[in-house]
Amino acid sequence: MIVATLCFYLFAGVAIVSGLMVVTARNPVHAVLFLILTFFNAAGLFVLLGAEFLAMALVVVYVGAVAVLFLFVVMMLDVNFQELRAGAARYMSVGALVGLALLAELALVLGGMTLGGVEVSGGALPTPPADQVHNTRALGQIIYTDLFVLFQIAGLILLVAMIGAIVLTLRSRPGVRKQKIADQLARTPEQAVEVVKVPLGGGAQ
Amino acid sequence: MQAAPMLPEILLAIAGMVLLMVGVFVGDKSAKPLTYVVAAALFAALALGWTTPHGDAFGGLFVADKLAYFAKALIVIGAAATVLMAAGRATPSDGSGPMRFEQPVLMLFASVGMMLMVSANDLMSLYVGLELQSLALYVLAAIRRDSLRATEAGLKYFVLGALSSGMLLYGAGMIYGFTGATNFDRIAASVTAMGTPSLGLVVGIVFLMAGLAFKVSAAPFHMWTPDVYEGADTPITAFFAAAPKAAALALFARVMTDPLGDAASAWGQIVAMIAGLSVIVGAFGALAQRNIKRLMAYSSIGHVGFALIGLAAASENGVRSLLIYSAIYLFMNLAAFAFILAMRRDEHAVETIDDLAGASQTHPYMALALAAVLFSMAGIPPLAGFFAKLYVLSAAVDSGLYVLAVVGVLASVISCFYYLRLIKLMYFDAPRDAMDSPMPRDLGLVLGVATAIILVFILIPSPIVATATAAAQELFQR
Repeated sequence: MIVATLCFYLFAGVAIVSGLMVVTARNPVHAVLFLILTFFNAAGLFVLLGAEFLAMALVVVYVGAVAVLFLFVVMMLDVNFQELRAGAARYMSVGALVGLALLAELALVLGGMTLGGVEVSGGALPTPPADQVHNTRALGQIIYTDLFVLFQIAGLILLVAMIGAIVLTLRSRPGVRKQKIADQLARTPEQAVEVVKVPLGGGAQ
Repeated sequence: MQAAPMLPEILLAIAGMVLLMVGVFVGDKSAKPLTYVVAAALFAALALGWTTPHGDAFGGLFVADKLAYFAKALIVIGAAATVLMAAGRATPSDGSGPMRFEQPVLMLFASVGMMLMVSANDLMSLYVGLELQSLALYVLAAIRRDSLRATEAGLKYFVLGALSSGMLLYGAGMIYGFTGATNFDRIAASVTAMGTPSLGLVVGIVFLMAGLAFKVSAAPFHMWTPDVYEGADTPITAFFAAAPKAAALALFARVMTDPLGDAASAWGQIVAMIAGLSVIVGAFGALAQRNIKRLMAYSSIGHVGFALIGLAAASENGVRSLLIYSAIYLFMNLAAFAFILAMRRDEHAVETIDDLAGASQTHPYMALALAAVLFSMAGIPPLAGFFAKLYVLSAAVDSGLYVLAVVGVLASVISCFYYLRLIKLMYFDAPRDAMDSPMPRDLGLVLGVATAIILVFILIPSPIVATATAAAQELFQR
């Protein structure tokens, strides 16, 4: 138990510190690296909560894809971050307001606020109970077994979206040079190479 | 898990994917043959639905009952007729290019979405069905991508539709949170146990209704309708006005009466308000329209308002009248749009109401059919539209909604003005440059059959009335 508590304080502490570093670091590349560190610590917190699927998804999706994409953008674009940061003080009050609203919501949830007779923090109990089945397995059971037909229909929706994107944007323009691999492969040496006799000092025609 | 009740949808989804592959390999010249295959597939699915067992499917996610079947019949008739009408314009000469092969395929996928949503027995299946339908419709609205108006229509529809989907999802989330279930049967049990609906549930219902009202284009969520109807290609507009309306109305009726039936105290007033506003907006909005597609858009807002008066009654009779209304409205719409599609001069589509002037002399049969349809829309006996309004109003009066019934009648009187103006233009004004004749055969067929149905409804009402009665009865027994 003590190990879990220590791990919690370690993850939480590092997450807060690296989160602060994300917004204060001078070098944007460092800021993105700190962001990745924050994600890793948040994933650790999820593991402590028993939500290992969410932890994996966080690492795969956010660290593996989103943050690396950020890093590429930051390194490849010449963005002047000092200029971007210049207006920060002006928006500080708005940011503080949003932060206060979030803090108030957190306090309400922890304070046992009820809405229409239902306790706000009292979410429905997970089905099946978490100590009987891993949540990865439970999610897979729901998405791919119980609700597999909805999963299929979602696939159909994506197909329609793809058709739509193609119908509305793809145009076949005449005169565009395209690589035709079949033509390239069908070329013979006779078509491609011309053998000429170059007279001494005369140069090729 | 039982899949059999959903075989029609499965068949259609597979047909859609196969036809898409055919279209990709053959190209746009396959568009016209594809429309016939799509229409055949739709009717095959309907026939299959007749033979498959009714009941829950996929562990209660979907249900195939009489209401679903009634709505599916309307969807198939509306979709097939408009798909075929679009085929008649496969090669328009107004510079908009040939019909794309994706158009019938997307219409098929939209129909699959509609059939799924009228069968939905769960908030999640409701949402995926609705989204499949909407996404296909957004693309269809803008499918003439080189036309500025079509692009505007598509973009407007997409942005507002996405917003309404968000509201619907928020409402569904609230309902899930406060009843602890997404399945309609379990929501119904939870709402019954609750007695008076809790505040959170009411918030959820309001947001869910806002999303649904957008989909049926009821006031005050109707703003997109005139622009989209005007901007989209006319066969697409006909499709919008026919199939999705019937589907969304049936869905509205199911969601309000099946899972939330015991919360009628919470939604009854809201539906009454939406219905009253819609008939008023439909009546006054259409007065100043010169473009016949915009006029039809306002007319559709008014008709949807009338159908919702039936729902506001919150009774078995009310749902029955809503179903009858949406069926009769579907046929009136198909006839009207067959006529609008035939309005062409020198091979170019014309769409102002002044182009109708003197049509009785140049096109006597077409004008006669349209006059019958317009009289029916205005609600003049003995045509079908009169009985549609009669059923709705009597259901409202039975439930004590006297004010709403009076508002409906007054709006109906006002809307007579613009229907009769069209008839006056056709019969009493001097003809201008004659429109092209003769009418294309497929359009003539749709116009003739739909007009015949409107005319003979008074003699043989039972195919529509009896099935609607059975559907409403089953819905209220659940």
